[in-house]
Amino acid sequence: MNLLELSRIGKRFGGLNALTDVSLHIERGEIYGLIGPNGAGKTTLFNVITGLYQPDSGEFHFNGKSYRGAKPHVLAGDGIARTFQNIRLFANLTALENVMIGRHVRTRAGVMGSIMNSQATRLEEKACRDKASELLNMVGLKKPHQTLAKNLSYGEQRRLEIARALATEPLLLALDEPAAGMNATETENLKALINAIRDSGITVLLIEHDVKLIMGLCDRVAVLDYGRKIAEGVPDEVRNDPAVISAYLGVDGE
Amino acid sequence: MQNAREVVFRRLNKRIVLIAVLLLLPFAVDALLGRGWLRIVDFAMLYIMLALGLNIVVGYAGLLDLGYIAFFAVGAYCYALSASPHLAIAFPRLFPDGVHLSIFIVLPVSALLAGGMGVLLGAPTLKLRGDYLAIVTLGFGEIIRIFMNNLNAPLNLTNGPQGISRIDPISIAGISLNATQRIFGFTLPSVHLYFYLFLFFAGLVVFVSQRLERSRIGRAWMAIREDEIAASAMGINTRNLKLLAFAMGAAFGGISGTLFAGFQGFVSPESFSLMESVMVLCMVVLGGMGHIYGVILGGLLLALLPELLRHSVVPVQQALFGKTIIDPESLRMLLFGFALILVMLYRPAGLWPSRVRRRELSSDERPNESA
Ligand SMILES: Nc1ncnc2c1ncn2[C@@H]1O[C@H](COP(=O)(O)OP(=O)(O)OP(=O)(O)O)[C@@H](O)[C@H]1O
Ligand SMILES: [Mg+2]
Repeated sequence: MNLLELSRIGKRFGGLNALTDVSLHIERGEIYGLIGPNGAGKTTLFNVITGLYQPDSGEFHFNGKSYRGAKPHVLAGDGIARTFQNIRLFANLTALENVMIGRHVRTRAGVMGSIMNSQATRLEEKACRDKASELLNMVGLKKPHQTLAKNLSYGEQRRLEIARALATEPLLLALDEPAAGMNATETENLKALINAIRDSGITVLLIEHDVKLIMGLCDRVAVLDYGRKIAEGVPDEVRNDPAVISAYLGVDGE
Repeated sequence: MQNAREVVFRRLNKRIVLIAVLLLLPFAVDALLGRGWLRIVDFAMLYIMLALGLNIVVGYAGLLDLGYIAFFAVGAYCYALSASPHLAIAFPRLFPDGVHLSIFIVLPVSALLAGGMGVLLGAPTLKLRGDYLAIVTLGFGEIIRIFMNNLNAPLNLTNGPQGISRIDPISIAGISLNATQRIFGFTLPSVHLYFYLFLFFAGLVVFVSQRLERSRIGRAWMAIREDEIAASAMGINTRNLKLLAFAMGAAFGGISGTLFAGFQGFVSPESFSLMESVMVLCMVVLGGMGHIYGVILGGLLLALLPELLRHSVVPVQQALFGKTIIDPESLRMLLFGFALILVMLYRPAGLWPSRVRRRELSSDERPNESA
């Protein structure tokens, strides 16, 4: 069974059709690329599957469950985690705290437990802290874990966002342009990281403008243009698709 | 790494010293400054509790609340009605002598009631932030005050602008705090007794705040403060956690209000004006939003400063000019505004910000704009 299945998703903003009848499916364990020119609707699609936007039409299934009008925190709890194109970290909190917040859905201490600081709370807190620093090491954050998120470099912030998303123990990790603003070495490290994430059993959905990265990483790729899916397939197929070429070169494909 | 046991000992020692100082404080204030000042310190403790409650809403969860004093009012009226002869007027049959409940019954009730009001205020404002939230909460605070002002007809519930007087003093196990008592060989005047009571509750509020701050709940609040959308995408139920912040903050306000009514023996709507909400907010902001010790400092300063002025401005002017030119009340607002501007200019994170925030301000790296 497919992990994620979108059927005829549509999303409008006023007169603008940001997404029109987008259907696609993502299999467990694959790295699925989503590309398309600026304004094609890629981020909008992310926002729909993470519950930030409600689609105007269509529905999607994730892990065998159908979602309509689900709240972001429900989807996060059910296993969809994401990063943001325009980094959205908790800027005034430390890197470690950022990742620990990602553990929120997988921990349970409530008000009473926290005030009493019960044995269970203490153990959970320690496990949460350990897991968070393990994830920070995994994504390769070299700076002290107590550094405030906003004092990290651009590339480090992007990696911190990935660590924070991984902390929710997702089934599907959705990365929105993770390589944006990274230099060649950083991009190379990122590629290794994404591969490692997939090898740990997490399915990856990747938006990226860096064609080399997409071609080198993805098992399958879908192309969006003006809110419609114009092509889908293995990278080589998609690269030679005339519709894709004309979309990228700005030729009117009507 | 230092010897861990040594560190624990030092921390423990510090705590013991702090407690000893606090226990001796009323005697020192009484001996050096006089009983009137101890009374002022008692009031300051109530303000500190209020400020710590508001700190949960504003400092942790980042929800700007300009009507916070309403919860103080709820707590105060709760005790005023349930520990005074007043209800005999409205319900002469039911309560011929009014109601006279113990403060220990009223405290949990008013904490719950105020917490419930907090949820009531929070629920319709969940989608609002910043200035919009401030305006709605401001309106809420005023509504509560106006209710208290007008609920004297047709049924006299609150006695309107005259307020409720002859509120029972607080008594614990039959010992009234309104009279000098001899306990363990110590002679403790009323203000001393109230000081210890308030110290206990302030300590409780500090303790709860501290535990929450360093917990999963506290982190979730701060996540909402920093970026609500990212917080929800990370699995935080922002609605529930915001309501929880409102409720917790309000409950602290309610407790403080109940103690206030018992201490003062009189409540009227005048004590719960918008200006009071602004004052409490200033304590939080001035002291260091989100930092417990900073907020305590802010509360202490802003509660004591006006009294300091009142005691110094008139005598100084009398000595200099032989008459009073500027009345202390207007000078107070002037100085207050001035202090606020200075703090915002030179210490934007407050007088005593938390370690993290201090680091953030001293950091030379340019903060990255993350939308
Ligand atoms: N909240 C919104 N309100 C109105 N219009 C929106 C909103 N979000 C996106 N849009 C519009 O929808 C279209 C698709 O935007 P989207 O951000 O999904 O594009 P994208 O493929 O992610 O582009 P990019 O590569 O630049 O990130 C754009 O025209 C955008 O202006
Ligand atoms: Mg985008």
